[in-house]
Amino acid sequence: MSVFTPRNVERAQALIAQYPEPKSALLPLFHLIQDQDGWVSDESIAEIAALVGCTAAEAQGTMSFYTMYKRQPVGRFLVSVCTCPVSMVHGAYEILHGLEARYAEDPDVTVEEVECNAACDKVPNMQVNYEYHENLTLASAIQIVEEYKSGARVARGISGGRAESGASNA
Amino acid sequence: MPEHRIITRRLRDVPQSWTLDAALSDGAYQAARKALAMEPSAVQEEVKTAGLRGRGGAGFPTGVKWGFLPEGSFPRYLVVNCDEGEPCTFKDRELTAQDPHQLIEGIIIASWALGVHKAFVYLRGEFAEPFDRLFDAVQDCKARGILGDRVLDTDFSLDIVCHRGAGAYICGEETALIESLEGERGMPRIKPPFPAIAGLYAKPTVVNNVETLSTVPHIVSRGGEWYSGLGYERSTGTRVVSLAGHVNRPGNYEIEFGCTFRDIIEEYGGGVRDGRAIKFVIPGGASSQWLVDADLDAIYDFEVAAGLGVMLGSGSFMVFDETTDPVQMAWRLAKFFSHESCGKCTPCREGTGWINKILYRILNGYGRPNDWDLLLQVGGQISPGVTKAPFAGTTICPLGPSCVAPVASLLKYFEDDVTSRLRDSSVGDLIPVVNADATVHDADAEVESHV
Ligand SMILES: Cc1cc2nc3c(=O)[nH]c(=O)nc-3n(C[C@H](O)[C@H](O)[C@H](O)COP(=O)(O)O)c2cc1C
Ligand code: SF4
Ligand code: FES
Repeated sequence: MSVFTPRNVERAQALIAQYPEPKSALLPLFHLIQDQDGWVSDESIAEIAALVGCTAAEAQGTMSFYTMYKRQPVGRFLVSVCTCPVSMVHGAYEILHGLEARYAEDPDVTVEEVECNAACDKVPNMQVNYEYHENLTLASAIQIVEEYKSGARVARGISGGRAESGASNA
Repeated sequence: MPEHRIITRRLRDVPQSWTLDAALSDGAYQAARKALAMEPSAVQEEVKTAGLRGRGGAGFPTGVKWGFLPEGSFPRYLVVNCDEGEPCTFKDRELTAQDPHQLIEGIIIASWALGVHKAFVYLRGEFAEPFDRLFDAVQDCKARGILGDRVLDTDFSLDIVCHRGAGAYICGEETALIESLEGERGMPRIKPPFPAIAGLYAKPTVVNNVETLSTVPHIVSRGGEWYSGLGYERSTGTRVVSLAGHVNRPGNYEIEFGCTFRDIIEEYGGGVRDGRAIKFVIPGGASSQWLVDADLDAIYDFEVAAGLGVMLGSGSFMVFDETTDPVQMAWRLAKFFSHESCGKCTPCREGTGWINKILYRILNGYGRPNDWDLLLQVGGQISPGVTKAPFAGTTICPLGPSCVAPVASLLKYFEDDVTSRLRDSSVGDLIPVVNADATVHDADAEVESHV
């Protein structure tokens, strides 16, 4: 049994076929499994390593370098608040701390602080599963998260893959 | 002062600019057709004549870089840098998401000029929407014969692979990007060999920024002479400046080199909010030294900037008014670098962390009497001399020295803000008592828990 769904097995093969060397597909494959499962398990690492022809240790060595991959389950909604310079002087820490307090006990929502989101003209801002939400106040940020929770907004995968496929495209 | 409309024209003026149909009816891929009818060397020559310089940070002449590929060595690759992690840079996001066909056209032209048949676009992992837009644009081009085995009905074949990173600023550095694209940890390589000789899969590789390549179609259609007539001395043409901070109208502005720093703030940004005074400006991303008001009448030009000891970098342009605390800013920048250090070189891995912690405790009233000297000492181990830009480095890549830029800027303009805080520092009486033998080390514990 593969860790991937049948549809994602096909996607994985297509991803690997894009590159002259299969190991290049590691990052996209980790995105794919993370969109599918919400995190990256030991079994996923082992299978992905086998798919690209390296050891599990090598695959994990690569993966552990990158902050987007989660090694344990997180909330269904990953809220990434930028606190970098421009955002900081526009109150981003108040939003970060406000969201952290609001969702501390909520298993659906994981709040994290991130470096510049490349949206510095529309601060403060956050991404929810890598979808941008800009020019925020704490109240509007909470409202947006609540809209995701209620289903009024449809979220991307936890690794930013398209909402409709529930997984990374490509 | 007018906004220029060369590489930002379609995305500003054409509705649904990212779709193939909108782009085609706006004349997309005409420049690619023209280039494919030219000799590759003639295309390279045109880009050289234009004097186009890389928009990713270093400002290296693009035509010259293209000329470094060794003759007769194949396959060779083009890698497009859309990692855009430099604080306050948001132009590649807009260029890629709003006008992906301009970028693809630039990639086709560059690939033809270089003899490349496979190009990779590396987008930072957080760019989910730009990725989707570009990915769809590439699919549409394949379906319509713009990419694939017979590009625009010629014998030229080209495939473009869109690749997302996964959250690492350092992967914007070209050799780290190549490592990452090979499925490795994104750690910079020691140069030489340069990517032109041994890059992706140890093959000759050109790495270019999104904006650089987005400019190429316009050079081909209107000529290198035309392009070099724009701009100022060796900084030819226009560029997109990502302007933000305490200005009235933050945003991406396509400016012509040769205006002044102040023009950018006043004419494009609409001045500082509430008419406040400017405290400092960071003109080239976190990695640049700062400018103060008295410097701002200088010309926005690569060489003039270097003369002032700053960089234009990626086109980032941060304006901070008198309400800004320079020590807090320096700390936040150091925190960025300490988070993003890849850890390969000891002075950077350890030094960025120390600069972060020392600035944090100074900022929060736990500074120690000799902290200023300690900062300069740690900074000096990364970048001997500290005060001299461009920064010397003991490290493999410029990220480590970049962390010294905020320290050097404090030293140059705001030393008093540091020394007055150290005078008022409460080390010795306000330390939270965590255990019985509480000493000054608890300040470290406090710092650790916040950083
Ligand atoms: C730490 C670091 C981060 C960088 N980040 C980027 C980036 O996000 N985008 C980019 O185009 N260039 C970045 N660069 C510059 C690249 O190494 C390279 O010079 C550039 O992509 C070359 O393209 P160009 O000649 O078209 O500018 C970075 C450099 C360093 C040292
Ligand atoms: S200077 Fe820093 S980021 Fe650059 S290679 Fe060395 S440790 Fe890595
Ligand atoms: S500083 Fe927050 S998005 Fe750039």
